[in-house]
Parts: sequence; C-alpha cells; structure tokens
Amino acid sequence: MIKKFNWQIWFGFLLAFAGAVTYSFVFVDYPALRDFPWTALGFFALALGFLFAGFGRAFAVGSRLRSKIAASIVGLLTLAVMGLFLFAVLIAARWLPESKNAPHVGQAAPEFTLPDINGKPVSLSELRSTPIGGNAPKGVLLIFYRGYW
Amino acid sequence: MRSIEKNLGTFEAAGIRPVAISVDSPEETRHLCQKAGYTFTFLSDQNDEAIRRYDLVHEGAGENGKAIARPAEFLLDSSGVVRWLNLTENYWVRARPEQILDAAKTLETK
Repeated sequence: MIKKFNWQIWFGFLLAFAGAVTYSFVFVDYPALRDFPWTALGFFALALGFLFAGFGRAFAVGSRLRSKIAASIVGLLTLAVMGLFLFAVLIAARWLPESKNAPHVGQAAPEFTLPDINGKPVSLSELRSTPIGGNAPKGVLLIFYRGYW
Repeated sequence: MRSIEKNLGTFEAAGIRPVAISVDSPEETRHLCQKAGYTFTFLSDQNDEAIRRYDLVHEGAGENGKAIARPAEFLLDSSGVVRWLNLTENYWVRARPEQILDAAKTLETK
C-alpha cells in the first residue's frame, strides 16, 4: 500500500499551495519579487511537473480506478489553487477605480483633518508645517492604503 | 508601508513626513501599528472624507461592501502642492521608497 502511494501528485499540490502562500506572505515584502509573482510561477511550474508525473502513474496501464479518481481530484485542486492565485494577483487586483479627479502634479492637494491612532485630530497643514527633527519639513508623503479590516 | 518604516530615517533626513491613511478606525489602526511596529503618522478616514476628496474611493471593495481607498501615494511640497504621485494599476504593486526619495530630491524648503 505504501509503495502505491502517489506522492508526486500530492507533492505537486503542496508546491502550488506553497507558491501562492509564500508570495502572499513572504515575497510580497520584496518589491522586485512582488511586482510580478515570479516565485509563485516557479513553484507552479514545478507543481505542474509533478502533476504530470502523478497523472502518468495514476493512469498507467493496470492502475486502479480509485487511484485515477483520487489523482483527478488532487489534480483539479492543484489547478484551482494556481488559477485562483493568478486571477487574484494578475486580474482582480487591477479592478481599481479610475480616480480621474485625483489631484494632479502641480495642483494643490485638498486639505483634510483626520484623527490619528489616539483619536487626536490632525490637519494636512499641520503635517506640512510641524518640524521634523528641528527642521521645517520639505514635504509630506500621503500613502492611501486599503486597510486591514 | 513596511518599506516606508524601514526607510523612515532616510525619509526624515530628506525632510519628508510619511502619513498613512485608511478607512480603519483609530483603534484598528493603533493595533496595526503596534503589531507591525509602525512609528510614523497614521490617520483614520472612517467617513471617506479625504479619500473622496482625492477621488480614491473604491466603492464596495471593503468588508460588507464598504467603500475603501484604492492604494495611492502623493508627495506634496511644504506649500501643499502635489509634486509626484503614484496611482498603481495593480494593488499588489506599490511605489518603492527609492522612487519616492528620487522624487523628493526636487523639493525645496520654502
């Protein structure tokens, strides 16, 4: 029974899963690897290799129906993981509003007053004028982010 | 944001004050800052006031169909004029600190 275990197909699945997870939690912190998911594609290529090897075994002459079904299910799961990941990173991530009326270079940035993490209101003009380490600031970098819900 | 925190000293030496803005509440934002070790200014825009004024609203993209900000970075000079901006086309792809610091070189103190 141990000898018949189709480890290739399961290893392929693990590789696909590892590719998606490592990109989302590790490589995303390194700009060169984040801007395009090279690491995930590497994992996926290896995963496909093992998937084919696993299919080769499962569908070899004389193999049991059960192993064919199991291999097909794991294979489909592997493809689903890769497909969903690529869809999320390459396609869904581009569904962003156009922001046509966002302030352009050369325009004055709209003023605002918002609470900081202690609930204290802070205005943009304060941010522009409060000294940094004793010197007047040269500028403010506004970073809008999606939030972590 | 992690890369901003890592380069915070460089930003401050260049006279640039980073400020992060999202729709999260001050409490949620405080937890994020504590967990991730962020020490620069974080502001809460729970009613999408600033986000709407900057035309960055991504309707329905948040939890329970809440509007959130699309990711964007704006570099303002000390008079409040936009000198550089980045509206990414893919929210995984964000401005790199080097790009921002390059743009910051053109800023002068008034």
